[in-house]
Amino acid sequence: MTDRLPGFSTLAVHAGAQPDPTTGARATPIYQTTSFVFNDADHAASLFGLQAFGNIYTRIGNPTNAVLEERVAALEGGTAALAVASGHAAQLVVLQQLLKPGDEIIAARKLYGGSINQFTHAFKAFGWNVAWADPDEIESFERAVTPHTKAIFIESIANPAGSITDIEAIAAVARKAGVPLIVDNTLASPYLIKPIDHGADIVVHSLTKFLGGHGNSLGGIIVDAGTFDWSKDNKYPMLSEPRPEYHGIRIQETFGNFAFAIACRVLGLRDLGPALSPFNAFMILTGIETLPLRMQKHCDNAKAVAEFLSTHPAVSAVNYAGLPGDRYNALQRKYAPKGAGAVFTFSLKGGYDAGVNLVSNLKLFSHLANVGDTRSLVIHPASTTHSQLDDAAKVKSGAAPEVVRLSIGIEDKEDLIADLDQALRA
Amino acid sequence: MNHDAYDDNYIRSILNNVKSIAMVGASPVNVRPSYFAFKYLAQRGYDMIPVNPGHVGKELMGKPFVASLADIGRPIDMIDIFRNSSHILPVVEEALKLSPLPKVIWMQLGARDDAAAEKAEAAGLKVVMNRCPKIEYGRLSSEISWMGVNSRTLSSKRAPIPTQGMRLSLNRTSFGGGQTAASDRAAKNKTETP
Ligand SMILES: Cc1ncc(COP(=O)(O)O)c(C=O)c1O
Repeated sequence: MTDRLPGFSTLAVHAGAQPDPTTGARATPIYQTTSFVFNDADHAASLFGLQAFGNIYTRIGNPTNAVLEERVAALEGGTAALAVASGHAAQLVVLQQLLKPGDEIIAARKLYGGSINQFTHAFKAFGWNVAWADPDEIESFERAVTPHTKAIFIESIANPAGSITDIEAIAAVARKAGVPLIVDNTLASPYLIKPIDHGADIVVHSLTKFLGGHGNSLGGIIVDAGTFDWSKDNKYPMLSEPRPEYHGIRIQETFGNFAFAIACRVLGLRDLGPALSPFNAFMILTGIETLPLRMQKHCDNAKAVAEFLSTHPAVSAVNYAGLPGDRYNALQRKYAPKGAGAVFTFSLKGGYDAGVNLVSNLKLFSHLANVGDTRSLVIHPASTTHSQLDDAAKVKSGAAPEVVRLSIGIEDKEDLIADLDQALRA
Repeated sequence: MNHDAYDDNYIRSILNNVKSIAMVGASPVNVRPSYFAFKYLAQRGYDMIPVNPGHVGKELMGKPFVASLADIGRPIDMIDIFRNSSHILPVVEEALKLSPLPKVIWMQLGARDDAAAEKAEAAGLKVVMNRCPKIEYGRLSSEISWMGVNSRTLSSKRAPIPTQGMRLSLNRTSFGGGQTAASDRAAKNKTETP
């Protein structure tokens, strides 16, 4: 038995998957079933009572989804994971375990626009309050801590501008405040950044982006780092107190260092319901097998495109952390030395109208609201993803009127540069 | 012995070799972790003995409770202690009076007593602290992967179909033989923050 730590690419192909016990199928089968038969009444009772490991109903767990969960947990270096229907569902399920009405979360101001909406409107309606802090000013997180603070939420590489967050500095604030740090690692993927190594307690992803990678399936996942002691005070009763849903079981006492992932499954997913389709899990698993290859190509292409744009006469600024002069370049070299990701923004001298024109003149780039596809994508955030924000909030979240966001695909970089060049000249 | 991070081969050899397990602090209440672990290990084919003076006269999965280790009256391979850290030492001292000696002292998730561990190790016993044998068995056999848990093992072999009472293969390839960086960090954080 060789006990060595397999490399990232080996884990991306193998972790969680093994030939099917009944058929020997080598690819992970799609267990497209709602439910699973019990061996007998006692087995059923054991499963419902959380006494045995096994499958009951696909809203709570599914063998195809379980392979995806173990694979992402392995890639992130966590103890366990839970796959859900979307990145937004992951955020909902995580916070439901941590917050009661009147509680607060501190969130980085630089977030995906949809997350800003979710926190500001939907979560507000649950009585979960958000205090915004500036990831470029660590003290703003410290100042935002109150006795009601239950978690801190940041993105490793922030949408839309591709800025790099100083995860370790914010992790230190979270530890001092005695709350978990949640990192949305969607834009980096574990190939570029492993937030748990830098102090994250929970990692979430929109699997819809680079992990699935082909723009064909929505999905989300929650990874438990196994690092947070939920029972050290009574701040997290979902994990530390006897749960009436399960005849008085205490989740952390019973499940130890993967208790958070279990709470998300048996209290969150079970009752809120945003289950991932096994078919989507299969598509995303297939995507993950090539994550290291794709992600490197995404980054290399993005750097070439950013370099091209930075010298273009129609462009006033390029925000790409992989460029030597960028304000996030030092953080990129520390946290994401293999590359700065593939999502970044640039500003046009021609302002809002030039942004709208560019998008309509591109022939290879697709104008759509997604990132992390094999195909190159473009969007003008001010008129789309960030249009619900007021002007000041647009600027603060990196989506000013003259800003265009690109998500660079894995095509030939020469073709991408030629397409941008013709569209900027048109 | 590094009790912060065990090599998977160490845990594996214990779970592969012990046949009988006395569980001190076993509870007949079916929502207690000890009940879960007792039932799971019994279903995996271990010869389980519930030890708890408060429940003598009752049974756990058909096995009568005994009041103390001395009352078992036959050789036992492993003592699984489901007690708080502060109650570990007397149990270990009692275990060290048994003849023949047990081979393994296992302290449950959350329980750790380094002085007691040293005594047991000095007498030639293997010790595991702050782990659950059910979780470790489920992890090393990858059965726990049904729950999305990172088993930290890989295998290209066809898996056995888990059935009642069957011993699953624990002989999968382990990543690096030990803990993830994260759980090491958790263990370290625990000792840093009182
Ligand atoms: C950084 C980030 N987090 C979360 C989400 C939400 O994910 P989903 O669309 O899968 O719900 C997105 C989607 O764009 C995103 O870019």
